[in-house]
Amino acid sequence: MKRLTMLRAALALAVAVSASAAQAVTEIQWWHSMTGALNDRVNELAKGFNESQNQYKVVPVYKGQYPESMAAAIAAFRSGNAPNILQVFEVGTATMMSAKGAIKPVGAVMRDAGEKFDPKSYISAVAGYYTTSKGEMLSFPFNSSTVVFYYNKDVFAKAGLDPNRAPETWPEVMAAAAKIKTSGASQCAYTTGWPSWVHLENFSAWHNVPIATKENGMAGLDTVFQINSPLHVRHWNNLKEWNSKGYFTYGGRTNEAEAKFYSGECAMLTSSSAAQANINRNAKFKYGVAMMPYYADVAGAPQNSIIGGASLWVMAGKKPDEYKGVAKFLNYLADPQRQAQWHQQTGYLPITPVAYDITKTSGFYEKNPGTDVSVRQMMNKPATPNSKGLRFGSFVQIRDMFQEEFENMLAGKQDAKTALDNAVKRGNEMLRRFEKTAKDAG
Amino acid sequence: MEKRVAFRSRWLPYVLVAPQLAITIVFFFWPASQAIVQSVQQQDPFGISVEFVGLDNFVMLFNDEHYLASFKVTAIFSVLVAFFGMSLSLILAVFADRALRFAGMYKTLLIWPYAVAHAVAAVLWLFLFNPTLGIVAHWIKGFGVAWDPLLVSRDAMVLVVVAAVWNQISYNFLFFLAGLQSIPKSLIEAAAIDGAGPGRRFWTIVLPLLSPTTFFLLVVNVVYAFFNTFAIIDAATGGGPGSATEILVYKVYKDGFKALDLGSSAAQSVILMAIVIGLTIVQFRYVERRVQY
Repeated sequence: MKRLTMLRAALALAVAVSASAAQAVTEIQWWHSMTGALNDRVNELAKGFNESQNQYKVVPVYKGQYPESMAAAIAAFRSGNAPNILQVFEVGTATMMSAKGAIKPVGAVMRDAGEKFDPKSYISAVAGYYTTSKGEMLSFPFNSSTVVFYYNKDVFAKAGLDPNRAPETWPEVMAAAAKIKTSGASQCAYTTGWPSWVHLENFSAWHNVPIATKENGMAGLDTVFQINSPLHVRHWNNLKEWNSKGYFTYGGRTNEAEAKFYSGECAMLTSSSAAQANINRNAKFKYGVAMMPYYADVAGAPQNSIIGGASLWVMAGKKPDEYKGVAKFLNYLADPQRQAQWHQQTGYLPITPVAYDITKTSGFYEKNPGTDVSVRQMMNKPATPNSKGLRFGSFVQIRDMFQEEFENMLAGKQDAKTALDNAVKRGNEMLRRFEKTAKDAG
Repeated sequence: MEKRVAFRSRWLPYVLVAPQLAITIVFFFWPASQAIVQSVQQQDPFGISVEFVGLDNFVMLFNDEHYLASFKVTAIFSVLVAFFGMSLSLILAVFADRALRFAGMYKTLLIWPYAVAHAVAAVLWLFLFNPTLGIVAHWIKGFGVAWDPLLVSRDAMVLVVVAAVWNQISYNFLFFLAGLQSIPKSLIEAAAIDGAGPGRRFWTIVLPLLSPTTFFLLVVNVVYAFFNTFAIIDAATGGGPGSATEILVYKVYKDGFKALDLGSSAAQSVILMAIVIGLTIVQFRYVERRVQY
């Protein structure tokens, strides 16, 4: 009796499998981490592509936050069910790059399918992030953002500061913070999202100093962190001091601080340019967007900032027909009009100069002041080896370590020099460990 | 006085325990053996290169001062959770047991928190204690106490302990209540007639008779604090500030699932497994001797 039911179940399964195989449309699985309004945009992109032709069907699936979707895809790969396209955040780039058997380079996907694709059409600071030293583009730039400075104009006016002039340097930021605090214009003066990304990674690029040797890890796995330079120590020491004076309020390791800004609690914020959509929706005050502050006495500052965000990776081991569909879809996404629209709707960077020009001539930036700050900052100067990006293995762990040291410093357990020395030491240990596994895999 | 049932058939006992054995093998022995295998390997996240490294992963862990600090954090956290979780629920159970009116309502309300998922409980407490939004944080500040779980280790520890204890109270409460109700009323009445007050009756009669329940709950609560609280840590503090609330099991999760360092994560779970097995043996050998069934 039991055996019979098993047999029936097996038959039903076999029928179901062959039925789905018989369908003419090739399905392309796209795993991503976009939530809220961004999730709607992703679904629109897939829908637009599916309606534009009838051979392929892109199925976008939300798989949790960036680390979660990456872990899910890795587990799926290990059991032979990886998606066709996976959205991976920039700190996962080195991990994906060294997994040579698990991914198929985007350049190769496009070539094999005979699709036109020019990596040079992308902003170099964006494309450089995802391109090997040999010039092969490995993943497809999708959503990129950078660090910008936001300030509450109403609070500035209340504190007797000029609301139409944003502080340009760190000393100016702190002078403003002091005025805001003493006048009581708001209870918190300055806060920041993503401490490591803002106060180490982008801070270094913006001042044209290295984060690590070997062009911030882009020229070799044997890279070593250099974030305990006197300039870094000076900046962290300032943050520690401003924290104890109440000028700087710690917000958390990711984007928690953004809520502190748009709720009106904090008057100044450094965080992702992609936060602007949220700030726009929630802030009940006038605000300004400006470039990241810098130290004016550092030669060459400000340089240009580096990106965060994510790119799309094509997974290996799929059928040729599926790769054709993937190539067609990526080409659909690369369309300049679509790129410009994505930039305007989401606040992510326009990743091609053409998309930037289209947006500019459409008058979008005049109507939405501040939305071009991120682009201008990215293209402020031609990128140097210190400012074209970074590539570190195990960077998810390393960033956490950096932020742990930062928190221990703010809590008064150690000074800036010790915090940064510890960060370098712990980070380097992780890099060496990664170097070992990556060399074996490659 | 033990009752034993003798089975004539040779295979029947095995068939009877087979379902339980199957579950134990699939959900415990198999993953545990995988963890042991992976703990002596170093591999990239995708499993493309797998290398046997012997005890390297363990050596690295024990040379890592942050990992060693995590032991201390775990010990403090587990003791606090087990102590407060059990003593608070015992007090509640004693009161609920003696309640004359609305006893049913008290019991139902006290059991509710158990239905709340750990992560949800953590978010709930996080909102109450959030320095910016939290109403409780507001009261605390009203009393002139500085409160900042984002930077002050002690505050963060308080937050996760409160959330973990609250989530576990119902479970403890249920067992204590059942234990209390199974204590013969005649014993307590006899003591009352002999002139023992409520306090004395509790310490000399109720508590010793509850010892099997207390012992069982001690084991369960320690295991709970060690293993089941990572959702609370993840949602409330993420192990911070610094690594002040990074308990061992949270580090296993973080290194394995977020950082994709499977070798180290597997080695950590093997160590954790050894600790819990060790603790349970100690509890059964030494604590159980003093338990009267």
